Amino acid sequence: MTPADSAQPEGPSANGQAATLELRGISKRYPGAAEPAIDGLSLEVAAGEICVLVGPSGCGKTTAMRLVNRMIEPTSGDILIDGRSIIDRRPSELRRQIGYAIQQIGLFPHQTIAENIATVPRLLGWDKRRIAARVQELMELVALEGAMAARYPSQLSGGQRQRVGVARALAADPPLMLMDEPFGAIDPISRERLQNEFLRLQGEIRKTIVFVTHDIDEAIKMGDRIAVLRKGGVLAQYATPAELLMAPADAFVEDFVGADRALKRLALQRVRDIDLWEAPTVRVGDSAAQARDRAAASVIGHVLLVDDDARPVSWLQPADLEGDRVPAHEGRVTMVELDDVLRDALADLLQGQVMYGVVTDHGGRVAGVLSVEIISEFLAQQVAGRIDEAPAPAQRVA
Amino acid sequence: MSPPTLAQVTIRDRTSDEPSCVAQNGFCPDWIRDHIGDYMAPLLRHLELTVVSVLAGFVIAFALALLAHRRRWLTGPITGITGVMYTIPSLALFAILLPITGFGFVTGVIALTSYNLLVIFRNIVAGLDNVPDAAKDAATGMGMTDRQRLWQVELPLAIPEIVAGVRVATTTTVGLAALAFIAGAGGLGQQIITDIVFKSNIVIASVLCILLAAALDLAILAVQRAALPWRRVPV
Repeated sequence: MTPADSAQPEGPSANGQAATLELRGISKRYPGAAEPAIDGLSLEVAAGEICVLVGPSGCGKTTAMRLVNRMIEPTSGDILIDGRSIIDRRPSELRRQIGYAIQQIGLFPHQTIAENIATVPRLLGWDKRRIAARVQELMELVALEGAMAARYPSQLSGGQRQRVGVARALAADPPLMLMDEPFGAIDPISRERLQNEFLRLQGEIRKTIVFVTHDIDEAIKMGDRIAVLRKGGVLAQYATPAELLMAPADAFVEDFVGADRALKRLALQRVRDIDLWEAPTVRVGDSAAQARDRAAASVIGHVLLVDDDARPVSWLQPADLEGDRVPAHEGRVTMVELDDVLRDALADLLQGQVMYGVVTDHGGRVAGVLSVEIISEFLAQQVAGRIDEAPAPAQRVA
Repeated sequence: MSPPTLAQVTIRDRTSDEPSCVAQNGFCPDWIRDHIGDYMAPLLRHLELTVVSVLAGFVIAFALALLAHRRRWLTGPITGITGVMYTIPSLALFAILLPITGFGFVTGVIALTSYNLLVIFRNIVAGLDNVPDAAKDAATGMGMTDRQRLWQVELPLAIPEIVAGVRVATTTTVGLAALAFIAGAGGLGQQIITDIVFKSNIVIASVLCILLAAALDLAILAVQRAALPWRRVPV
């Protein structure tokens, strides 16, 4: 492993230098078209932020993204990456510095997964050992088994291909990434999981990302800032998700964001951001009397059986605690993660038809209990218009 | 008259009651067993004609296809010209070429090559056209130059269709090469025309033609399978 270790100077977060991006008065007119595709678009993206371009079809969001790596040349205006204009740079060299992931993924069917991921490093002339080490590292980063390396794209599921696409875009550790509906072509469940994984990944790698989607929910979930475009490539509003939901700039944005704005705000908060109930946990062999007391003291009325690693096993009713000691028990527990957004967590509770969900951390250990009650209190505060304040602690029951 | 006729006279002389198989120009296993060796040289020449013509046709068609890939408007004219070449009756073409390139192997190859151009050219162009747009877009978006994209992504993905074209061209050429004797290029056709009434002769030459076509086709298929692991993975 030593040669591999020494051959990977660009760890996922090792030199993750993120770039700033600035579009200055960019316009794009196609010859013969009555309307411009992009009209005087200016926006700045700070280093390490995800900027989502969103809007109805035909609003020029993909065009705007493709201008950044010169897949499309602007009619007028300038684009600066880290303050440097892209106009005088060779397109192929510029593009090798910019990660690129598209909805159709565009994996090369004749190359193995490892070869696909290695595309840009190969173009940059890295030596074989460095490429091999980087490929291995990336496959771990996007949670692909090592055995996948020798397979071909046709042998992978849609979700796995998307991960390969993301890994390939990250391969040369680019300071800027362009992603055009990267999770668009997969089923909603895999999509949500990939979104969450990607946000977790972004927490580590902190790239500057231009992310295109037509889905306002995805925009709110993924974006640090959101640029809403309207037909003709005009910027309607450029704001943080909270600002967009609280104060839409005009009727178009308000309409595009949707009538369920209050509910959408649930997508802005993660489970870890609100105060959870403490979980009344017990282990097999604990005193049953104490467990009964805890169940009675808790508003939940149950205790939560956990294993030796503090992972949830089952809820126990007082009726399950008849003996001296807490017995082994099997059951079903609805679980949500600290990193889930509240909207997804609520959906999980509703789907499981339960009032309480056990919140787990990265290692699957119990971190608390989330209830429908906590969420509805949070929503009540939102409707009262106090989104900019930290959510007040929910009623805590010892 | 040619030697087989002499032989048949001799054999006819020996069997007095019934005329011999050879004398009747029939299908004679014994005669075939004894004379099969005589067909090896024409067979090799036939193979030579086919391989050289297909290779030459491939090289020219490949160059034309790359040209048409860069300049799309050339596709029509090239298809038209190679199409006209394809429709010239082979007999006429040999006749046209004879005064220019003379009587011999080269004339045969030129004619056969010209018949290969259309089918190989069209399959290369179609193969390149059928490369998924997403793969091309990703290749360019990740920083491949046009040339890198062509050689690393487009051509490898077009190989199945290119090979299909080469297979059709090869089979066709084996058949057409049977007429190359008109240009003086030899081959199994020469052997057929030497004694066109003798069934044994015709059967051997024809069967060898068919076997040659089948063998070449299988050989190309085997090479393709070995060269394209991604085409035979279980999905």
